[in-house]
Amino acid sequence: MRPIMMMGHERSITQVKYNREGDLIFSCGKDAVASVWYSVNGERLGTLEDGHMGILWSIDVDDFTEYAVTGGGDAGVVIWRVKDGSKVHKWELRSPVLRVEFSPNGDKLLAVCADLMGHVGSICIIDIARDSANKIIGYDEEPTVEICTIEGTAPVQVASWSYDGKYIVAGHRDGNITKYDGRTGQLLQSQKLHKQLITDIQLSLDRTYFITTSRDCYANLVDVETFEVLKSYETDCPLNSGCITPLKDFIIVGGGQDAREVTTTSAREGKFEAKFFHKLFQTEIGRIDDHFGPINCIAVSPQGTSYVSGGEDGFIRLHHFDKNYFDFKFDVERSADAQKKVVVPSEIN
Amino acid sequence: MATVFEDIRLEDISVDDVDLSELDREFDVENRIDFDNFVVVDGAPVAPEAKVPALSKVLTKLFSQAGQVVDMDIPVEDGKTKGHLFLEFDSAVAAKKAIKLFNGKKLDVKHRLFVNSLNDMEKFGSPDFVTEFKEPKIPEPQPTEYLKSWLLDPKGRDQFVLQKSEMAAIFWYRNKLQPENIIDARKQWSDSILEFSPQGTYLFSFHTRGIASWGGAKFERLKRFSHPGVKAISVSPTEKYLVTFSPEPLEVLEEPTEDFPFGPESNGHQLCIWDIATGMLMKTFPLPPNQQPQWPMVKWSFDDQFCARLGPNAIAIYQTEKNFQLLNGKVMKIEGVQNFSFAPKGLKLASKRASDPLTTAMVYWTPESNNQSCKAVIMELPTKRILRTINLVQVTDVDFHWQNEAKYLCVQVDHHTKSRKTIFTNLEICRLTEREIPFEKVELKDRCMRFGWEPQGDRFVIISNSENINDNPAIPKNVVGFYAPEKKDKGTEDKSLSDFKRWKLVHAVEGKFSNEIAWSPAGRFVCVAAIGKMISRSENLDFYDMDFPSEKIINTATDVNATLRDVAHVNYVNATDYQWDPSGRYIAFWSSAWKHKAENGYKVFNLCGNLIREELINDFNNFFWRPRPEPLLTNAEKKKVRKNLREWSTHFEELDAMEADSATRQLIIERRGWLEQWSKYRASTAENLATHNLSIYDVVNLAISEEDYEIIEEIKDSVVDETTEEVTSFDQ
Repeated sequence: MRPIMMMGHERSITQVKYNREGDLIFSCGKDAVASVWYSVNGERLGTLEDGHMGILWSIDVDDFTEYAVTGGGDAGVVIWRVKDGSKVHKWELRSPVLRVEFSPNGDKLLAVCADLMGHVGSICIIDIARDSANKIIGYDEEPTVEICTIEGTAPVQVASWSYDGKYIVAGHRDGNITKYDGRTGQLLQSQKLHKQLITDIQLSLDRTYFITTSRDCYANLVDVETFEVLKSYETDCPLNSGCITPLKDFIIVGGGQDAREVTTTSAREGKFEAKFFHKLFQTEIGRIDDHFGPINCIAVSPQGTSYVSGGEDGFIRLHHFDKNYFDFKFDVERSADAQKKVVVPSEIN
Repeated sequence: MATVFEDIRLEDISVDDVDLSELDREFDVENRIDFDNFVVVDGAPVAPEAKVPALSKVLTKLFSQAGQVVDMDIPVEDGKTKGHLFLEFDSAVAAKKAIKLFNGKKLDVKHRLFVNSLNDMEKFGSPDFVTEFKEPKIPEPQPTEYLKSWLLDPKGRDQFVLQKSEMAAIFWYRNKLQPENIIDARKQWSDSILEFSPQGTYLFSFHTRGIASWGGAKFERLKRFSHPGVKAISVSPTEKYLVTFSPEPLEVLEEPTEDFPFGPESNGHQLCIWDIATGMLMKTFPLPPNQQPQWPMVKWSFDDQFCARLGPNAIAIYQTEKNFQLLNGKVMKIEGVQNFSFAPKGLKLASKRASDPLTTAMVYWTPESNNQSCKAVIMELPTKRILRTINLVQVTDVDFHWQNEAKYLCVQVDHHTKSRKTIFTNLEICRLTEREIPFEKVELKDRCMRFGWEPQGDRFVIISNSENINDNPAIPKNVVGFYAPEKKDKGTEDKSLSDFKRWKLVHAVEGKFSNEIAWSPAGRFVCVAAIGKMISRSENLDFYDMDFPSEKIINTATDVNATLRDVAHVNYVNATDYQWDPSGRYIAFWSSAWKHKAENGYKVFNLCGNLIREELINDFNNFFWRPRPEPLLTNAEKKKVRKNLREWSTHFEELDAMEADSATRQLIIERRGWLEQWSKYRASTAENLATHNLSIYDVVNLAISEEDYEIIEEIKDSVVDETTEEVTSFDQ
């Protein structure tokens, strides 16, 4: 696997995203400029500029690749037209925006507001009106629903939509995960999952289960509906991001030592590798070591053919999987596949 | 020092006083006529009184063959003989011989003689003789456990037997792993070897009193076959009958018992045929006189319908179903017949309809005699119709090699030159399934030592040798020849020619000590070995692949149906014996202490010549695989398996991994559980999503057709180097 180094950001990368077709990569960093890249060769298509002042914390693109949304430290949420990179609208919220995401059908927007500037921290849901061609024709100026941090609990860090926009699942500073009704914002479920800050939540493509990563070195696979922990993955370093690979039953997680401690240790001790685990068997199957700082964000293409990671070092690295990756199977899977093809005589065990 | 009775004098003893009555009683000889010399003949012609002298003359002449006829009495009543008569011989031996020779003899069409001892008449006539029919005691059929249970092994493993001095044990073969005991090692299980029946159902052990059969999951004893001094056995192809041979002729003393089921008619016989399932004696035979015994002495047709023995100038064919009676009631006279052989399978003759039953065939040969050429004859049974005759000249010896499906028969003919000094071989290969049974001749320069058909195939390997006594035996001279049919051009698929096949030499490997050809039972792979040639210091086992799937082949001929490659050369000079496993994946070589004491033990190789397992065992004697019956899969099913070989092999690899290590096994089982759990979880999620009119998916597939692509070709020319040279002038 030969990585493509995508240089364009001047500071640390905060989030990377693929569009649904997997041909574009959206990235944002601490340098106030979001970029759009061709995934096939890592060439930059363009930038989304002049929307924010300061750090960009989060970026998302809708399923139609019509609009992108960014959220930044300036408490702003900006919608962009992907086609020409023009700014459509900017909301000013009450505190820095840590995470933004379109709902699956694009008629809502969630924004996670940090507990700063006298705000307790919240998830804002903003309604967007679209026409039949998915063009935005109107939007609410104020959030329709704001789910504020309940007193005595830790503020929210990351949040994402479930299938059909039915739920919002959120990860909190103290390692709790919560589930809210996607329309009313009502708290449905809460569960202590990690010991430390949850750094990322990414859902499966069909948005029925999700992976959480935490600074406590664990990643967990959780069912949206039941909130049951399906799988748990133990790693040797604090995790910043994780994703579920389509096509193959793997997960990729990345992280590393806290950015603050990086300067005091060598790169090798930093554990800045992207780690591949088998989703079902919870076994580590491989590592890719190419960042020289912690990995802040990881995304995998919806076709499962490439993945991209953004690091504290300011680089985005794009990896197209090679044949070995697609061929790799555990014997058990191989024989299970084989059994689908041929009738194997009754089992022996 | 002797005691001296000086006082007793003979004269003093009164003779009259001695009471002799006691002695009289004791030594009284009954005035009994010894009837041993007399025989009663019944079934003789009823003739008028006038013909008595003629009849007497005929019969006297006939019975004189047994011995001197002292007297003959032909009773006459009402002017006619009564059909029975009395004979006196000069000795009891002659009388016995007469009974043996003539009892049941057909005098002519209407008359059959019954000859009995007069003693018997006395016995049968006495009132003590029980005339009531006593039903013979038929032993209760004893149920056996399922004898083919080993075939149901879920892992499909093979079994093998190890024999070491007095011990024998049976194991499951587990590749590289320690074999798994099936039964505890048994001491003195057999006096010599143990032997499996051809399909592996029965195991036979040798004892001084006879043979015992063993079977079932734990190898319990099934039946005993009492045959004193038994030295060799053979089993019929369908495992119905057992043939035992003992160098000691049977001595029948008394009535048959359960332990010794031989009647007087078996006296002096050396061959016995038994029903394996019931343990019943079916038939005994003496050895044919003045003949070099050739084992097996009884040969069987493929379906056990017939068995046959070679006799002087004759072949005796017996019908097993009809109580081992001779076919047509007599032996088949063939002047000078040297050898014969049954087809190992039923033939599908082209001249017969597809629905006809398979043909039983045999082949025999007769040597050259006055004005008669040497002949090899293929005959159909039971009709004795001759299917094909080959005439041969200048023949030293003939040997038959059937392909295992009986599609081809190779008649190996060893010719001598006119000077009779050198011998060379021609192979006459006949294609039995084709119209008119055509022959194809393959001429060799040397004498063929070994011949081996590819199982289920149409290729063969031979080892030949230019025989010359003066040669230094340390110089390897044997030639291994690989033959395959000519490749037909696919383009000219002419129906009339498509059946035509010509065998061509694919490649010859010269200068070998090799003396054994071991084809894998599955075909394709063949191991050519030099066994018992301690001279050779180099590799003595050569593994060949006849269908090597690459360009790197050693073919000398290219237009043949084979791509030959020597895949491995292995050194195991101390090997004394070999055997392929029934699946054709492994070949075992072993060094038996019965043959020599060097490096006793066994080695198992796979078909690529890689050593899989070896054990060195002191006093190791014997290794052999348990045979399997033929697979029941149809050709279509086999083809399907071959197509999905990759899937099967992953399955088996997993099994092997589980077998190898219990931790791995645990992990595999756990992972299987997870896999199943996950698919269940996904299924339940799918159900849930269905209520929202959504479906689950793991990947976003892009519906991209080829039209969506635009192929852009860029061609870049770059000049690597450019030099200009000035040629001064051509003219000078």
